[in-house]
Amino acid sequence: MSNVFELEHVSKTYVNEGKEFEALKDVNLSVKEGEIFGIIGMSGAGKSTLVRTLNRLEKVNEGSVKFYDRDLADLKPSELRNVRHSISMIFQSFNLVNQRSVIDNVMQPLRIAKVPRKERNKIALEMLKVVGLEEKKNAFPARLSGGQRQRVAIARALASDPKVLLCDEATSALDPKITAEILDLLKEINKDRKLTIVIITHEMAVVEKICDRVAIIDDGRLEEVGEVKEVFRNPKSKAARKLVFPSNPYDPSKPESRLIRIVFDGLAASEPFIASLVEKTGKKVNILSANTKSVGGIGYGQMVLELPESGEDQKIIIDFFKEGGLSVSEVTRE
Amino acid sequence: MSEYIVDAIKMGILETIEMTFFSALISYILGLPLGVVLYATSKGRLLENKPVNLVLGTIVNILRSLPFLILLVLLIPFTRLVTGSSIGTVASIVPLTVGTIPIVARMVESSLCEVSPGIIEAATAMGASPLYTILHFILPEATPSLLLGGAINVATVLGYSAMAGVIGGGGLGAIALQYGYYRYQKEVLWTTVTLLVIMVMLIQEAGELIAKKKRKI
Repeated sequence: MSNVFELEHVSKTYVNEGKEFEALKDVNLSVKEGEIFGIIGMSGAGKSTLVRTLNRLEKVNEGSVKFYDRDLADLKPSELRNVRHSISMIFQSFNLVNQRSVIDNVMQPLRIAKVPRKERNKIALEMLKVVGLEEKKNAFPARLSGGQRQRVAIARALASDPKVLLCDEATSALDPKITAEILDLLKEINKDRKLTIVIITHEMAVVEKICDRVAIIDDGRLEEVGEVKEVFRNPKSKAARKLVFPSNPYDPSKPESRLIRIVFDGLAASEPFIASLVEKTGKKVNILSANTKSVGGIGYGQMVLELPESGEDQKIIIDFFKEGGLSVSEVTRE
Repeated sequence: MSEYIVDAIKMGILETIEMTFFSALISYILGLPLGVVLYATSKGRLLENKPVNLVLGTIVNILRSLPFLILLVLLIPFTRLVTGSSIGTVASIVPLTVGTIPIVARMVESSLCEVSPGIIEAATAMGASPLYTILHFILPEATPSLLLGGAINVATVLGYSAMAGVIGGGGLGAIALQYGYYRYQKEVLWTTVTLLVIMVMLIQEAGELIAKKKRKI
């Protein structure tokens, strides 16, 4: 499989009022054809800058960004505009032209690509059908809900028949239910049209729901890249742990207690293993946080447990979990 | 009021409309592109170009800072060159247009600045050229604001046209000045002023109505 994007030693520095700000520091990354690739980080981590280097809305100071082996920096302005027909983008704030109807908005990229008028109309209608909004074609964006506006933006993004779709916090302005609908739609488009998707987000839930691989970015640096399942099970970097671990567990009964995080996959999720623990070993744990979710179609869950004081008891408990096929990691508090 | 004055006022209304209409029209034909260029060449915009922006911006600022009455006098030779005369309705159109172009340009510039940067970013990401982005994204999105600005500009031209009476231009302003002010005919003064006020209000209302109809938000 060939790489859609290949980033090598990418650095980007902004100069603002004489002060330098390093938004990206030596980022190396590749996006494979057909995958949904997530880039996750806190606000200000540099993820929006990173995604904008992919269609050269941001120039890089160092390193190279290649799209199907072509360095974007080598392209003439007109060549770059042509390449951009293959790299569509959707945004957090939708960015539709409010004074133009839905269908006019969707036809816009076709007009830019000089597709004949009759065909433009046909393709735009087709795209609106894909996103389920063909009956709204003559409405104006202001009359639509946030979710519908993002659907129009997706239809507009698909119209030029791109090879890749960049999503910049595309669901961050939407409520959880609409977010899920939009993500399902993106997944469907990814499958049906073999469209590579790059998703920028600050929400782990988005990554867990649809991404195949994820890159974790913190303070302009790429901290970790890997399969979502693997990163979820065994986050290596501090930034990844911060994103993956539950954000608000209960406080332990004693502040110095040892805390562990156990992760179970589809197989173990159906087992009542806390009950088994008590039954078989007689040791008790305090559950501080627990949740289960579907990651890539497989049930995943995690718990944060407070262990009893005795080191011996702790070992018995951890051994019990490990024997049961659960992954166990320490939780350090800040 | 004598019949003679009533006829003069009727004539004045027509002349005022004529001056206002043609001055506003020509100043938009020239001021709109100028405003677009001022917008597009300013810092951080699509066609950032410091020298062009500086030169045009300075000319516009100078023209705007001149009191209109002074501009009227300064432009007399130029007006004579263009229309062959420096007095009358047609001659007034020249200084009115010159005085209004910079105002239109700045108004257009500020309307375009209101367009969300996100829309411009989306256009760029789609592979639109700067010119295409201006014509098909920025201008349509700014239309309601441009129309509101248009109403204000036309009303301003109307006000200026009254001033043209001072140097021999026609219209209601000239009548107010000659009969109302120089000859102390208070009723003529008040009649013409009232008519001017009504005309400004009509323009403003019409502009707002059209803008409201056009606005899709």
